[in-house]
Amino acid sequence: MTDTTNAGIGADPSLKARLAEFWFYFSENRGAVIGLWVFIGLVIVALLAPWLAPHGAAEQYRDAVLVPPAWMEGGNASYLLGTDPVGRDILSRLIHGTRYSLFIGTIVTTLALTGGIVIGVIAGYFRGWVDTLIMRLMDIILAFPSLLLALVLVAVLGPGLTNAMIAIALVLQPHFVRLTRAAVMAEKNRDYVVAAKVAGAGHLRLMFRTILPNCLAPLIVQGTLSFSNAILDAAALGFLGMGAQPPTPEWGTMLAEAREFIMRAWWVVTFPGIAILVTVLAINLVGDGLRDALDPKLKRS
Amino acid sequence: MLRFLLGRLAVLIPTFFGVSIIAFSFIRLLPGDPVALLSGERVMSPERHAEMMHRLGFDRPLVVQYFDYIGGVLTGDFGTSIVTKKPILDQFLALFPATLELSICAIIIAVVIGIPAGIIAATKRGSFFDQSVMGAALVGYSMPIFWWGLLLIMLFAGTLQWTPVSGRISMMYFFPPVTGFMLIDSLLSGQSGAFKSALSHLILPSIVLSTIPLAVIARQTRSAMLEVLGEDYVRTARAKGLSTFRVVGIHSLRNAMIPVITTIGLQVGVLMAGAILTETIFSWPGIGKWMVDSVSRRDYAVIQGGLLLIAAIIMVVNLVVDLLYGLINPRIRN
Repeated sequence: MTDTTNAGIGADPSLKARLAEFWFYFSENRGAVIGLWVFIGLVIVALLAPWLAPHGAAEQYRDAVLVPPAWMEGGNASYLLGTDPVGRDILSRLIHGTRYSLFIGTIVTTLALTGGIVIGVIAGYFRGWVDTLIMRLMDIILAFPSLLLALVLVAVLGPGLTNAMIAIALVLQPHFVRLTRAAVMAEKNRDYVVAAKVAGAGHLRLMFRTILPNCLAPLIVQGTLSFSNAILDAAALGFLGMGAQPPTPEWGTMLAEAREFIMRAWWVVTFPGIAILVTVLAINLVGDGLRDALDPKLKRS
Repeated sequence: MLRFLLGRLAVLIPTFFGVSIIAFSFIRLLPGDPVALLSGERVMSPERHAEMMHRLGFDRPLVVQYFDYIGGVLTGDFGTSIVTKKPILDQFLALFPATLELSICAIIIAVVIGIPAGIIAATKRGSFFDQSVMGAALVGYSMPIFWWGLLLIMLFAGTLQWTPVSGRISMMYFFPPVTGFMLIDSLLSGQSGAFKSALSHLILPSIVLSTIPLAVIARQTRSAMLEVLGEDYVRTARAKGLSTFRVVGIHSLRNAMIPVITTIGLQVGVLMAGAILTETIFSWPGIGKWMVDSVSRRDYAVIQGGLLLIAAIIMVVNLVVDLLYGLINPRIRN
């Protein structure tokens, strides 16, 4: 069979055509496009953090403690968003914090996604007692409130950013397992899979090359949700003193340090929270757009 | 229906034992000596160590230890706290009403605002109201609630001085707990101003805790309504000339509520996770704060027992929701 016949019946449109179709549906959602731009902006800020930040993240100016934002009385133009209780520039810390949050989101989502896909494909492909065992295990993890389980896991492993990321990935993973398993079970008995099997494809090839690429749409949407959840949960653990430890400029940890000053210096509390909210909101907007663009049920044809 | 119930139990009971194995084993996965951790004594002689090993039962095989523990759990013995030396179940039962009161208020706020907002948004699809509600819901869903709580404290307790910062009731009032719910107890006490004090303490934490469930319920109600409003039987009802109120309020709402009820049930886990943060911010003496304090005090016996109790409660609530779902939607039962 030649490429032209394929393109003719629309069975295998080229990657470019598929991307164009995706973008057509995605760009119909204005919020999603805005979210995407904000997210791209955040990635640029994270990459260029050392050059963008006016001061070092840990640099303390002892003569400039709790300076209010520049536009307020007593503000100083060299500390645009003010300084914290030990005289560190809040804007610089927020800019450096972007790196942490995006890093946390990326690592946690990668861990949860790969782990969840591998386990889910195995459960959905083999069924039987393997499936039962895996799904019962996932039910057990899902029986706990995610933040509580992550908190306890970090208490066991020891506080710190690495352990917090491992704990959050572990808690988010069952969602990927369930999605992958359901998708694999739906695809498993389709003709193209049977054909590949008859042609002599082995288990591994059938699982990961034949079936998996056709199950990706819901996983991508769930991946976006996990990205924002990971940032929120990591910030919450940081806030509870169990995530990144001071003086790391992680946004949740910054809030924990700022807590006792809420009645005296609103800016130390307000700005890190806005940073978390804007980041999570942007990612969730993109997630909504992805769901609309990738879910064929919602497509208007 | 009985078969449905038994089927659910057949899944639930093994899950409970799995949960208990996790709660039991993590204390033995801890780096360091479990005896030192459980007894809270840092330095001890080898004789004392051996005696403690024996008394705590760590010298027995793991399987025996587990069955001993689960036997205790099933008869209501969850062990004792390392720090306070009090039975864990007693502490849990003393603190649970505070969390329950907060959670009930939060879910009431979420349902009373979320469902009507979702219904109106669906009937006026694409309108300014619809877009505002969905925008607000997305912001609520993305909200770091610990920061949201701090903002509300800054505004209402700091600048405006309308509400207190923390606790359940002003120190001025004292009365013995009857129901454990401060709102009811303060009324029963008959002390003037006590109810108002309890209410003013409750309002901010309830708003914070309701934020995420509210956003989820509003979104779910809207999409469920949109789906139902597109059905043929709704068009028939409209064609018959029924009033909009009858079509939306009676014909559509009944079926749209089925997925919404499931969503409300699923919020129990969200509420428990939210309680951890909300109670910490507002110094609310409930289960969430108890767990956070136990983690920072390294009270592993409490963490173990609390984890199991909280998971058990969530599982029971989910079972009840499943059964309700089976009652209102007979198709599910088979």
